[in-house]
Amino acid sequence: MKYTVTITIRLKEGMLNPEARAIQHALKNLGFQTEDLSTARLFRITLEAPDAEAARKTARQMCDRLLANPVIHEYTIEVE
Amino acid sequence: MVQFGGSNCDRDTHHVLVDVCGVDTDLVWYKDGFARQYDAVVLPGGFSYGDYLRAGAIAARTPIMAEVIRYARAGGLVLGICNGAQIASEAGLVPGVFTLNAYPKFISRHVNLRVENTTSPFTMLYREGEVIRIPIAHAEGRYVAPPGEIERLNREKRVAFRFCDEQGNVGPESNPNGSIESITGILSENRNVLAMMPHPERASEAVLGSEDGVKIFNSMIAYIEKYGRRSPTRQENRT
Repeated sequence: MKYTVTITIRLKEGMLNPEARAIQHALKNLGFQTEDLSTARLFRITLEAPDAEAARKTARQMCDRLLANPVIHEYTIEVE
Repeated sequence: MVQFGGSNCDRDTHHVLVDVCGVDTDLVWYKDGFARQYDAVVLPGGFSYGDYLRAGAIAARTPIMAEVIRYARAGGLVLGICNGAQIASEAGLVPGVFTLNAYPKFISRHVNLRVENTTSPFTMLYREGEVIRIPIAHAEGRYVAPPGEIERLNREKRVAFRFCDEQGNVGPESNPNGSIESITGILSENRNVLAMMPHPERASEAVLGSEDGVKIFNSMIAYIEKYGRRSPTRQENRT
Protein backbone atom coordinates (compact mmCIF):
# COMPACT_ATOMS: atom_id res chain seq x y z
CA MET A 1 0.00 0.00 0.00
CA LYS A 2 1.09 3.55 -0.67
CA TYR A 3 0.91 5.89 2.33
CA THR A 4 1.60 9.56 2.71
CA VAL A 5 3.11 10.48 6.05
CA THR A 6 3.18 14.06 7.19
CA ILE A 7 5.88 14.79 9.73
CA THR A 8 5.90 18.06 11.64
CA ILE A 9 9.06 18.90 13.53
CA ARG A 10 9.14 21.77 16.00
CA LEU A 11 11.37 23.03 18.77
CA LYS A 12 10.55 21.66 22.19
CA GLU A 13 8.54 23.88 24.48
CA GLY A 14 10.72 26.54 26.05
CA MET A 15 13.50 26.32 23.44
CA LEU A 16 14.70 29.67 22.13
CA ASN A 17 13.48 30.18 18.54
CA PRO A 18 15.46 33.08 17.02
CA GLU A 19 13.82 32.52 13.63
CA ALA A 20 10.33 32.95 15.07
CA ARG A 21 11.42 36.04 16.96
CA ALA A 22 12.82 37.64 13.77
CA ILE A 23 9.64 36.83 11.84
CA GLN A 24 7.50 38.23 14.63
CA HIS A 25 9.58 41.40 14.50
CA ALA A 26 9.18 41.68 10.71
CA LEU A 27 5.41 41.21 11.03
CA LYS A 28 5.38 43.99 13.59
CA ASN A 29 7.14 46.26 11.09
CA LEU A 30 4.26 45.56 8.70
CA GLY A 31 1.75 46.56 11.34
CA PHE A 32 0.75 43.09 12.57
CA GLN A 33 0.71 42.73 16.33
CA THR A 34 1.21 39.11 17.39
CA GLU A 35 1.12 37.63 20.87
CA ASP A 36 3.08 34.53 20.03
CA LEU A 37 4.61 32.96 16.95
CA SER A 38 6.26 29.60 16.47
CA THR A 39 7.69 27.87 13.43
CA ALA A 40 7.82 24.23 12.42
CA ARG A 41 9.16 22.18 9.58
CA LEU A 42 6.89 19.89 7.61
CA PHE A 43 7.89 16.83 5.60
CA ARG A 44 5.41 15.02 3.38
CA ILE A 45 6.75 11.62 2.41
CA THR A 46 5.13 9.00 0.20
CA LEU A 47 6.22 5.45 0.88
CA GLU A 48 5.24 1.82 0.50
CA ALA A 49 4.24 -0.01 3.67
CA PRO A 50 2.15 -3.10 4.53
CA ASP A 51 -0.20 -1.03 6.71
CA ALA A 52 -0.63 2.40 8.29
CA GLU A 53 1.07 1.35 11.54
CA ALA A 54 4.16 0.17 9.64
CA ALA A 55 4.24 3.49 7.73
CA ARG A 56 4.08 5.35 11.05
CA LYS A 57 6.87 3.22 12.49
CA THR A 58 9.10 3.94 9.49
CA ALA A 59 8.37 7.67 9.78
CA ARG A 60 9.27 7.56 13.47
CA GLN A 61 12.60 5.91 12.60
CA MET A 62 13.24 8.61 9.99
CA CYS A 63 12.67 11.27 12.66
CA ASP A 64 14.84 9.55 15.25
CA ARG A 65 17.71 8.86 12.89
CA LEU A 66 17.82 12.02 10.77
CA LEU A 67 14.92 14.44 10.51
CA ALA A 68 14.75 15.56 14.14
CA ASN A 69 17.45 16.18 16.73
CA PRO A 70 16.14 14.86 20.06
CA VAL A 71 18.12 17.47 22.02
CA ILE A 72 15.94 20.31 20.71
CA HIS A 73 13.07 18.86 18.68
CA GLU A 74 9.74 17.10 19.11
CA TYR A 75 7.67 15.76 16.25
CA THR A 76 4.22 14.57 15.27
CA ILE A 77 3.35 12.09 12.53
CA GLU A 78 0.12 11.79 10.56
CA VAL A 79 -0.49 8.90 8.20
CA GLU A 80 -3.02 8.91 5.36
CA MET B 1 41.27 15.80 6.83
CA VAL B 2 37.87 14.72 5.64
CA GLN B 3 36.45 16.76 2.75
CA PHE B 4 32.69 16.82 2.36
CA GLY B 5 30.84 18.54 -0.46
CA GLY B 6 30.70 22.09 0.85
CA SER B 7 33.70 21.90 3.19
CA ASN B 8 35.67 25.12 2.72
CA CYS B 9 38.23 25.21 5.53
CA ASP B 10 39.81 21.89 4.57
CA ARG B 11 42.73 23.41 2.64
CA ASP B 12 43.35 26.15 5.23
CA THR B 13 43.58 23.56 7.99
CA HIS B 14 45.64 21.24 5.77
CA HIS B 15 48.05 24.14 5.14
CA VAL B 16 48.46 24.76 8.86
CA LEU B 17 49.00 21.08 9.63
CA VAL B 18 51.51 20.59 6.80
CA ASP B 19 53.32 23.93 6.53
CA VAL B 20 53.09 25.27 10.09
CA CYS B 21 53.06 22.07 12.16
CA GLY B 22 54.99 19.87 9.74
CA VAL B 23 52.61 16.93 9.85
CA ASP B 24 51.98 14.45 7.04
CA THR B 25 48.28 15.08 6.29
CA ASP B 26 45.97 13.71 3.61
CA LEU B 27 42.86 15.35 2.25
CA VAL B 28 40.33 12.51 2.07
CA TRP B 29 37.22 12.97 -0.09
CA TYR B 30 34.25 11.64 1.86
CA LYS B 31 33.32 9.13 -0.81
CA ASP B 32 36.80 7.60 -0.86
CA GLY B 33 37.02 6.41 2.75
CA PHE B 34 40.26 6.02 4.68
CA ALA B 35 43.01 4.13 2.85
CA ARG B 36 45.69 4.56 5.54
CA GLN B 37 45.97 4.30 9.30
CA TYR B 38 45.86 7.78 10.84
CA ASP B 39 46.91 9.29 14.17
CA ALA B 40 44.06 11.80 14.06
CA VAL B 41 41.06 12.83 11.99
CA VAL B 42 40.02 16.46 11.45
CA LEU B 43 36.52 17.42 10.36
CA PRO B 44 36.95 20.86 8.82
CA GLY B 45 34.71 23.91 8.71
CA GLY B 46 32.44 24.81 5.84
CA PHE B 47 28.85 24.26 4.80
CA SER B 48 28.55 20.55 4.11
CA TYR B 49 25.40 19.83 2.12
CA GLY B 50 24.57 23.53 2.19
CA ASP B 51 23.57 23.22 5.87
CA TYR B 52 20.35 21.57 4.62
CA LEU B 53 18.08 20.18 7.34
CA ARG B 54 20.45 21.23 10.16
CA ALA B 55 24.11 22.22 9.95
CA GLY B 56 26.15 19.01 9.88
CA ALA B 57 23.12 16.69 9.99
CA ILE B 58 23.54 15.14 6.57
CA ALA B 59 27.34 14.85 6.61
CA ALA B 60 27.02 13.13 10.01
CA ARG B 61 25.11 10.27 8.35
CA THR B 62 27.54 9.61 5.49
CA PRO B 63 29.40 6.26 5.37
CA ILE B 64 32.77 7.92 6.08
CA MET B 65 31.32 9.25 9.35
CA ALA B 66 30.44 5.69 10.33
CA GLU B 67 34.19 5.05 9.93
CA VAL B 68 35.02 8.15 11.97
CA ILE B 69 32.63 7.04 14.73
CA ARG B 70 34.28 3.61 14.85
CA TYR B 71 37.68 5.29 14.87
CA ALA B 72 36.65 7.57 17.76
CA ARG B 73 35.16 4.65 19.72
CA ALA B 74 38.50 2.88 19.40
CA GLY B 75 40.18 5.93 20.97
CA GLY B 76 41.33 7.77 17.82
CA LEU B 77 41.65 11.56 18.09
CA VAL B 78 38.94 13.49 16.24
CA LEU B 79 38.90 17.29 16.02
CA GLY B 80 35.73 18.92 14.69
CA ILE B 81 36.05 22.61 13.80
CA CYS B 82 32.96 24.76 13.16
CA ASN B 83 30.95 22.74 10.63
CA GLY B 84 33.11 19.82 11.75
CA ALA B 85 31.88 20.44 15.32
CA GLN B 86 28.30 20.48 14.09
CA ILE B 87 28.96 17.20 12.25
CA ALA B 88 30.58 15.68 15.36
CA SER B 89 27.62 16.61 17.57
CA GLU B 90 25.09 15.43 14.99
CA ALA B 91 27.01 12.15 14.80
CA GLY B 92 26.75 11.78 18.58
CA LEU B 93 30.51 12.01 19.16
CA VAL B 94 29.87 14.77 21.71
CA PRO B 95 26.61 15.57 23.52
CA GLY B 96 24.33 18.48 22.66
CA VAL B 97 23.81 20.43 19.46
CA PHE B 98 25.03 23.64 17.81
CA THR B 99 22.00 25.54 16.58
CA LEU B 100 20.92 28.96 15.31
CA ASN B 101 22.61 31.88 17.10
CA ALA B 102 20.41 33.66 19.65
CA TYR B 103 20.56 36.71 17.40
CA PRO B 104 20.13 34.83 14.15
CA LYS B 105 22.86 36.30 12.00
CA PHE B 106 26.21 35.07 10.76
CA ILE B 107 29.00 36.26 13.06
CA SER B 108 32.57 36.42 11.74
CA ARG B 109 35.07 37.99 14.11
CA HIS B 110 37.80 37.33 16.64
CA VAL B 111 36.59 36.31 20.09
CA ASN B 112 38.29 35.61 23.39
CA LEU B 113 38.15 32.10 24.77
CA ARG B 114 39.00 30.87 28.24
CA VAL B 115 40.79 27.53 28.30
CA GLU B 116 38.90 25.38 30.80
CA ASN B 117 40.63 22.04 30.39
CA THR B 118 44.35 21.50 30.02
CA THR B 119 44.55 17.75 30.33
CA SER B 120 42.96 16.70 27.04
CA PRO B 121 44.99 15.69 23.96
CA PHE B 122 43.83 18.96 22.33
CA THR B 123 44.53 21.41 25.13
CA MET B 124 47.52 20.05 27.07
CA LEU B 125 49.87 22.85 25.90
CA TYR B 126 47.64 25.61 27.27
CA ARG B 127 47.56 26.95 30.83
CA GLU B 128 44.30 26.61 32.72
CA GLY B 129 42.34 29.84 32.57
CA GLU B 130 44.50 31.18 29.71
CA VAL B 131 42.64 33.64 27.47
CA ILE B 132 43.20 33.04 23.77
CA ARG B 133 42.02 34.90 20.66
CA ILE B 134 40.55 32.79 17.88
CA PRO B 135 37.96 33.81 15.25
CA ILE B 136 34.46 32.44 14.94
CA ALA B 137 32.47 32.37 11.68
CA HIS B 138 29.04 30.84 12.03
CA ALA B 139 25.28 31.37 12.14
CA GLU B 140 24.54 28.06 13.84
CA GLY B 141 26.94 27.92 16.75
CA ARG B 142 24.78 28.33 19.83
CA TYR B 143 25.53 25.34 22.03
CA VAL B 144 22.46 23.70 23.55
CA ALA B 145 22.31 20.63 25.78
CA PRO B 146 19.91 19.46 28.50
CA PRO B 147 20.71 20.83 32.01
CA GLY B 148 21.75 17.39 33.26
CA GLU B 149 24.24 17.08 30.42
CA ILE B 150 25.72 20.54 31.13
CA GLU B 151 26.10 19.63 34.78
CA ARG B 152 27.89 16.44 33.76
CA LEU B 153 30.18 18.25 31.30
CA ASN B 154 31.18 20.68 34.07
CA ARG B 155 31.64 17.94 36.65
CA GLU B 156 33.79 15.86 34.32
CA LYS B 157 35.80 18.88 33.14
CA ARG B 158 34.75 18.27 29.56
CA VAL B 159 34.21 21.90 28.65
CA ALA B 160 37.35 22.83 26.71
CA PHE B 161 36.58 26.48 25.91
CA ARG B 162 34.15 29.20 26.95
CA PHE B 163 33.64 32.61 25.37
CA CYS B 164 34.99 35.33 27.66
CA ASP B 165 36.20 38.93 27.72
CA GLU B 166 39.86 39.97 27.51
CA GLN B 167 40.31 39.41 31.23
CA GLY B 168 38.79 35.94 31.09
CA ASN B 169 35.43 36.87 32.61
CA VAL B 170 32.55 34.77 31.33
CA GLY B 171 29.16 36.43 30.96
CA PRO B 172 26.38 37.43 28.58
CA GLU B 173 28.35 40.45 27.22
CA SER B 174 31.13 38.20 25.97
CA ASN B 175 28.85 35.44 24.69
CA PRO B 176 28.40 36.19 20.97
CA ASN B 177 25.86 33.53 20.09
CA GLY B 178 23.92 32.72 23.27
CA SER B 179 25.57 29.36 23.96
CA ILE B 180 24.60 27.81 27.30
CA GLU B 181 27.18 28.85 29.91
CA SER B 182 29.21 30.39 27.03
CA ILE B 183 30.37 26.89 26.08
CA THR B 184 31.99 26.61 22.65
CA GLY B 185 34.32 23.63 22.90
CA ILE B 186 33.29 20.22 24.26
CA LEU B 187 35.19 17.02 24.84
CA SER B 188 33.80 13.53 24.44
CA GLU B 189 33.52 11.19 27.41
CA ASN B 190 36.98 9.78 26.74
CA ARG B 191 38.46 13.20 25.81
CA ASN B 192 39.52 11.92 22.40
CA VAL B 193 37.01 14.05 20.48
CA LEU B 194 36.95 17.86 20.61
CA ALA B 195 34.12 19.76 18.92
CA MET B 196 34.68 23.52 18.78
CA MET B 197 33.02 26.36 16.90
CA PRO B 198 36.04 28.74 16.78
CA HIS B 199 38.59 28.26 13.98
CA PRO B 200 42.07 27.50 15.35
CA GLU B 201 43.46 27.21 11.80
CA ARG B 202 42.64 30.89 11.29
CA ALA B 203 44.76 31.78 14.32
CA SER B 204 47.85 29.68 13.69
CA GLU B 205 50.23 32.13 12.01
CA ALA B 206 51.43 35.59 13.10
CA VAL B 207 50.46 37.01 9.71
CA LEU B 208 46.83 36.17 10.53
CA GLY B 209 46.91 38.28 13.71
CA SER B 210 46.95 35.44 16.22
CA GLU B 211 48.88 32.24 16.78
CA ASP B 212 46.80 31.16 19.76
CA GLY B 213 45.06 28.35 17.85
CA VAL B 214 48.12 26.43 16.72
CA LYS B 215 48.56 24.98 20.23
CA ILE B 216 45.51 22.81 19.61
CA PHE B 217 47.22 21.09 16.68
CA ASN B 218 50.56 21.04 18.51
CA SER B 219 48.87 19.55 21.58
CA MET B 220 47.50 16.74 19.42
CA ILE B 221 50.95 16.16 17.95
CA ALA B 222 52.62 16.21 21.40
CA TYR B 223 49.97 13.85 22.76
CA ILE B 224 50.43 11.37 19.91
CA GLU B 225 54.23 11.55 20.25
CA LYS B 226 53.96 10.91 23.98
CA TYR B 227 51.30 8.22 24.11
CA GLY B 228 51.22 6.84 20.57
CA ARG B 229 48.15 6.72 18.43
CA ARG B 230 44.78 5.41 19.61
CA SER B 231 44.71 6.11 23.31
CA PRO B 232 41.45 4.75 24.56
CA THR B 233 41.78 5.46 28.27
CA ARG B 234 40.79 8.63 30.00
CA GLN B 235 43.41 11.34 30.02
CA GLU B 236 43.19 12.15 33.74
CA ASN B 237 44.04 8.57 34.62
CA ARG B 238 47.41 9.07 33.02
CA THR B 239 48.47 12.33 34.57
